[in-house]
Amino acid sequence: MRRFLFTYTLAVLPWLACAAPATADTAGFSSHVQPLSSGEDVYRHVCQSCHMPDARGAVGAGAQFPALAGNPKLQSGAYPVYVILNGFGGMPWFAGVLDDTQIANVVNYVRTHFGNHYTDAVTPADVAAQHPAVIPQEE
Amino acid sequence: MTNAHPRTVPTRRQLLTRIGILAGSGALYQAMTAMGHAQGTDFTAPPVLSGVKPGTRVLVLGAGLAGMLSAYELRKAGYHVQVLEFQNRSGGRNISLRGGDTVTELGGATQKVGFAPGNYINPGPWRIPYHHQGLLHYCREFGVALEPFIELNHNTWLHSSEAFGGRPVRYRELSADFNGFTAELLAKAIDQHRLDDAVSAEEREYLRTAMQEWGRLDAGLSYGKGALSSGMRGYDRAPGGGPDGAPTFSTPFARKDVMRSGLWTWLAFHQRMDMQTTMFQPVGGMDMIGKGFNRQVHDLITLNCKVTAIHQDDRGVRVTYNDMGHGGVVREAQADYCVCTIPLPVLSQLDVQVGAALRAAIMAVPYVSSVKMGLEFRRRFWEEDEQIYGGISFTDQQINQISYPSNGFFSRGPGVLLGGYMFGPAAYDFAGMTPAERLEHALAQGEVLHPKQYRKEFSNGVSFAWSRVPWSLGCCSMWHEQARKTHYKALCAMDNRVVLAGEHASYVGCWQEGAILSALAAITQLHKRAQGVG
Repeated sequence: MRRFLFTYTLAVLPWLACAAPATADTAGFSSHVQPLSSGEDVYRHVCQSCHMPDARGAVGAGAQFPALAGNPKLQSGAYPVYVILNGFGGMPWFAGVLDDTQIANVVNYVRTHFGNHYTDAVTPADVAAQHPAVIPQEE
Repeated sequence: MTNAHPRTVPTRRQLLTRIGILAGSGALYQAMTAMGHAQGTDFTAPPVLSGVKPGTRVLVLGAGLAGMLSAYELRKAGYHVQVLEFQNRSGGRNISLRGGDTVTELGGATQKVGFAPGNYINPGPWRIPYHHQGLLHYCREFGVALEPFIELNHNTWLHSSEAFGGRPVRYRELSADFNGFTAELLAKAIDQHRLDDAVSAEEREYLRTAMQEWGRLDAGLSYGKGALSSGMRGYDRAPGGGPDGAPTFSTPFARKDVMRSGLWTWLAFHQRMDMQTTMFQPVGGMDMIGKGFNRQVHDLITLNCKVTAIHQDDRGVRVTYNDMGHGGVVREAQADYCVCTIPLPVLSQLDVQVGAALRAAIMAVPYVSSVKMGLEFRRRFWEEDEQIYGGISFTDQQINQISYPSNGFFSRGPGVLLGGYMFGPAAYDFAGMTPAERLEHALAQGEVLHPKQYRKEFSNGVSFAWSRVPWSLGCCSMWHEQARKTHYKALCAMDNRVVLAGEHASYVGCWQEGAILSALAAITQLHKRAQGVG
């Protein structure tokens, strides 16, 4: 299983390896996706599904997907790194799904686009330093 | 282990045999049930809630299956029940889309469903395992007609971009060859005494015979071209009648290609208990279940209520909401107790007055992203051209699968299939696209499995991206082991006057059965609390 999956994917291997939740009415394992290298790639193929292409988020039933455009919580790069690794409320964790370089790239992309102009870049080593003690595996 | 002492305690099997001999099979079944076998989920019967103090009020938040079932059972027991629902419909994630329906998602994209009359797609739940006895019980009680859902069909396609030249192969071909080659290796290993250390002589004989039968091996224990394998994987020319009726056998794939294809993962997929036959679907669309529940409790439900706050104290529960049917005016509902089924991504952002443990649990469970595609074609080409009647084709492309309708077989005119069902990365990617882009990708990928007909026969389609659904902000709960250990009990435990229900508060997550079982557990707790014993 594992070796078979390795031949397919560069970007999201651990997710594939853990497959779909064993007890859920789900599709099976996730199919492979294109390698996502740049921060913009990660944003377009992952983040914008909730935070929207313009990063302005969206408002639902008394709840929202927060805007990343002009969000003061992005002032410290460590905060978005933490949220991406661990998840937050309804947002899934991406530790073990995106690698450190992908996370650093997308944080840097978001912090320098959508009206954000932060100049201090996050490095993959910064992301590694924030890894949770245990990488969550979906049941 | 030595056997110096005679066994005094009978094995479970011996015991059952004795009971069977002495008391007949009815007693055997009862004994098996009591010992924890021969049953499905832990549903046995609806709880009996007796002795309700007249006038005790319960407020239920959310009119999905968990909310409506809570309302139904609580009213039956004698509680005074009121249900507030955000949407302008009841049913929650139990939903079907038909021609004329409109889907508006976060971000503003709106799709109008163009299906022909009678056709539908189930964007949420779409199949019911036979052992989900709670849900099946209420389907029966509420008069919801069920029919078989075809999960496994040996004539569907399995496709990997990197195997068999990128061409799809039939499930039966892959299945027969994988089983055949595996059986051959094992049978020959036994014959060549490679397993003598691990397997006793008697067991070797059984195993060898089993492998020969299971794998359709010849007398020399080989799997290859011939009547045995073609009887499993299919023929080049099928058996016919008359003088030229003799079949032509098909040639199995090369063993190394079968093994490296990875497609055997789809053989295992249908074998897990959740997917085992018999599976069911409601006649006419999954939302027939929601409608069946709604028939029981519609008079208790107020639609278009956007809950913003849940407060409680020693005297009761107060829920604040915007009445969206009346310009969003702020209203307050009061009760003695509250069953809250609001999806966690929404609930985690509301003003909810609960203890720290429940608060943390509500924050700890994200929801998976999922996308489904419903595509209508001018004719049922999968049946007419390819003899595929229900079941699922799998692919390693993003769409992951194509599922053919389990109803309306052999009918003429347009048919709707599930043209993609995605979780994880593919779902994020598709959800981030416009509906038109999703359709184009689904067609381009589906075309690989059905090259002749997919574009030609396509009529219209709709996509449903769960992460862009305003009232759930995701598809269903996503637990991991640590979160279960730390937060599950707190999530399910009644917090003063408030108790949560929904698939997220169960070990049957992402299934309707989870909603049913959690609702029964929640109202049982609530009743004990109201009786002063919980």
